[in-house]
Amino acid sequence: MADTLYDKIWDEHQIAINSDDSSLIYIDRHLVHEVTSPQAFEGLKIEKRDLWNKSSIYAVSDHNVPTNDRESGIEDKISKLQVDTLIENCKENDITYFDLNDINQGIVHVIGPELGITQPGMTLVCGDSHTSTHGALAALAFGIGTSDVEHVLATQCINVKKAKNMRINIKNKLNQFVTPKDLILYIIKKIGTSGGTGHTIEFSGECVSNMSIEGRMTICNMSIEAGAKSGIVAFDDKTLDYIVGRKHSPKKLILDKAIKYWETLHSDSDASFDTSFDFDASLITPQVSWGTSPEMTVDIDGKIPDPSAINDVDKKESIIRALEYMDLKPNQKVSSIMLDKVFIGSCTNSRIEDLRQAASVLKGKKIAKNIKLALVVPGSGHVKVQAENEGLDKIFKESGFEWREPGCSMCLGMNDDSLSPYERCASTSNRNFEGRQGDKGRTHLVSPAMAAMAAVKGHFSSFSD
Amino acid sequence: MKEKVISGQVIPINQSNIDTDAIIPKQYLKSINKTGFGKFLFDSLRYKQTGTLDNYKDREPNKDFVLNQDPYDKGTIIIANDNFGCGSSREHAVWALKDFGIQSIISTSFADIFSRNSVKNGILLITVDKNVLDDMFSRMSKSKVFIISIDVNKQNIVGPDNLNVDFNLNDADKERIIYGYDDIALTLKRREKIIEYENKMKKKKPWLFDNEE
Ligand code: SF4
Repeated sequence: MADTLYDKIWDEHQIAINSDDSSLIYIDRHLVHEVTSPQAFEGLKIEKRDLWNKSSIYAVSDHNVPTNDRESGIEDKISKLQVDTLIENCKENDITYFDLNDINQGIVHVIGPELGITQPGMTLVCGDSHTSTHGALAALAFGIGTSDVEHVLATQCINVKKAKNMRINIKNKLNQFVTPKDLILYIIKKIGTSGGTGHTIEFSGECVSNMSIEGRMTICNMSIEAGAKSGIVAFDDKTLDYIVGRKHSPKKLILDKAIKYWETLHSDSDASFDTSFDFDASLITPQVSWGTSPEMTVDIDGKIPDPSAINDVDKKESIIRALEYMDLKPNQKVSSIMLDKVFIGSCTNSRIEDLRQAASVLKGKKIAKNIKLALVVPGSGHVKVQAENEGLDKIFKESGFEWREPGCSMCLGMNDDSLSPYERCASTSNRNFEGRQGDKGRTHLVSPAMAAMAAVKGHFSSFSD
Repeated sequence: MKEKVISGQVIPINQSNIDTDAIIPKQYLKSINKTGFGKFLFDSLRYKQTGTLDNYKDREPNKDFVLNQDPYDKGTIIIANDNFGCGSSREHAVWALKDFGIQSIISTSFADIFSRNSVKNGILLITVDKNVLDDMFSRMSKSKVFIISIDVNKQNIVGPDNLNVDFNLNDADKERIIYGYDDIALTLKRREKIIEYENKMKKKKPWLFDNEE
């Protein structure tokens, strides 16, 4: 029978089918961070349960850590307790933990692939919805809640229902200054934030085959914003090149065997999908989100929607509400939106290619006067060092950006990096919900190139101006 | 099977895409406990000032928000529009709902991870058609006091004005809501099966189990 890539990985990991049509699925890798794990470890302790396989687990602190002045430790007492709790739990259970001053530390979804922890064909979970990122390496990866974190720690398995298969096929190539971030924002705008609910999305087509692994991570990352727990891309030469030689990748003796298996990781040519969408990459222009849901996105040379032109009552009301929250007017030009802050970072866009992209726009330019703060937060210690070796940090600093230590930072503002009420930010992150980057803060989701451009101009602008 | 009926005041939240950031804002995720989140439910909509874990008491409630209005402040069932619980996987959102006293949520659709987290914590999610939801909203606009009874076994909702709605619920979720299983204990009963699978894979894909540097 013809199978999709998702079918193949699912079948390979299915231990049993349960009476309620869910399945017992084996989990190969488990990534753990400080925010969604303390209650899980606590639960195990109370029930006196052991970990099933400690070597399948890697832990890191990223959500709740300062991005400057690491030497003096974490000042905020409550944050410190949370990070210390993770350190303690890892010690007690003999789990690999990447400390704040370790070059391997970074955002959990950046370091997984980077260190070779994520590999093709694996099942990988983490108590974080952007676990979908890892699907770029042909792995089945999805976010789970804390109860499931506890369940996987204790049993190495999860009971979960199989999702439907969705294929998003993207033909042709992206134009200059149009990035994978613009592509995924465009797709979410078209299919909606619940368009992928209940599905695993496989991204395919010429555009995806030509895309770097980092670009694929950006699109798989935001599958969750399209409602899908997992995004996935087939294994190919690019995947192989990316994997080989990384810290935790399969070593020489067994690599050949692994590659043989990895080469089967693609959908069969006659596999059928429950839902399919087709897009043409060459028609896509840079995107800017204007509202409080990622689907509220427009082209850079577009206008803010006018609710009076919308018939659907729910839609109309949510647009009115978003316009009010974002302090924007119907039909306003995107290029007229003035900004206060710029954030380049997050598990969507904090890898080396993202930083190169932004730096190439910034080179030799200064940020505009109205920009109160422009931050670059590399995704990991390795990304940071690499960028410094390439001199990107200098470009950022000379233009007026602050160059920080790795972490989630202003993507969710759990640490000190956040928006003050009513501040407006161009952000390379993935969520523009009310209050996401700080209470009453206003977020516009964009690519790293657009964030850099907006920093220079002080407002959004197309690249041709 | 044990009988279970959930009854109480309904809280209307006529909005789509209620995200978990709204249900529980990030500053409260710093807690390492599972309880005590109820007072922070919908925090940024409920209060005029921002709170933190160690400073939340003296704040002015936002009277326009339903949870600050009688009789909704004592509600136990939420009714809301499409895609409830989207966004982050934070189970803290479900802990906050539960701690506040919410036992069931009615909507046209729920986000995937949120659904799993809810069932695991004994919150019953009921998916209904758009016309049923609209009908309930319109009935509620006529009377603030709106108490319904949800019969979990019979999969049926009854309420004022002859409201009578059937809903779907699979047997496994039904049992989970009624009995509240210890999932880990159930899975550990299949230990042998898991070990057998693991041994097979150690031969087939040895690189997965040999991940030391
Ligand atoms: S960078 Fe943002 S979206 Fe990614 S894991 Fe951190 S908080 Fe979540």
